[in-house]
Amino acid sequence: MSTLAVSTGNSTSTPRSVPQLAAALAAGGLFGFGLALSTMIRPSVVLGFLRAQDLGLMLVLGGAVLVTFVTYRWLPRVMKRPLFGQSFGKHSAIMDRQTYFGAAIFGMGWGITGVCPGPAIAGLGAGSLELGYAIAGIALGALLQGLMAKR
Amino acid sequence: MTMFPYGWTHYLAGGLCIGIGVSLLYALTGLVGGMSSVYSSTWSYVVSRPYFQERTLVQSREWRLAYAAGLVAGAAAWWLLFGGGVRVPVRIPWWQLLGGGVLVGYGARLSRGCTSGHGICGMASLNRPSFLAVLTFMAAAFVTANVIVRVGGA
Repeated sequence: MSTLAVSTGNSTSTPRSVPQLAAALAAGGLFGFGLALSTMIRPSVVLGFLRAQDLGLMLVLGGAVLVTFVTYRWLPRVMKRPLFGQSFGKHSAIMDRQTYFGAAIFGMGWGITGVCPGPAIAGLGAGSLELGYAIAGIALGALLQGLMAKR
Repeated sequence: MTMFPYGWTHYLAGGLCIGIGVSLLYALTGLVGGMSSVYSSTWSYVVSRPYFQERTLVQSREWRLAYAAGLVAGAAAWWLLFGGGVRVPVRIPWWQLLGGGVLVGYGARLSRGCTSGHGICGMASLNRPSFLAVLTFMAAAFVTANVIVRVGGA
């Protein structure tokens, strides 16, 4: 069971439980708080970065990667298993054409909107209801991707 | 010209907070939490096509929705406690958000990751494809955002 979980990058075999959902809610809360605090939920700030007027996004990404890097390395060494889970998952990424072709398309959309998947959702919480249009677009794009996928 | 016209501490503090959120998810559940998958996993409730009924999507759809609900709640907490509850209007036209959003959703799911999936989780795992994906979407976004300015768009 856990072999599959590791190979797919998700602990999919882990039974869902109330503590697990509560954990996801709390973790998402910190994530959303951070996105709002860093003003990444404002498309104008993201577009300012993309136009090299404000390099703040690098600090946001750098800070998040640094903390996550330490946790992903260190936690599996000091904990046998997660508190409410079976095993520690691993992020997997495949080096294929889809990864880069998709990234290029995503980047174009990001440059058009200044919105990426996480901040679109978080922004709603800070009253930016216009981001509902972006969420609708992203959901539609995800649907199209799934419908056009070979399997 | 300064690199940080609005200061830099809130950027770093926000980034660290995001990292702590992703870390908490990992410590408690062992799950690797990017954000773009929720847009596909949620379709699994209503779309019966095999792609949307794959185990990885179906079995993760509940916690991904909880994770997304947390995003809204966390941003709301910041907004009410520190943002003064003042609405900052988004000045991008709705059709631009919608149309660009389709590219964001299609591309991120085809690439199997976005700014959080490849950017945070992938780079923190030192996954080479994720580093290259980040470079690719950053480059594409830089070019697109600057072309839009040149042609007089928002």
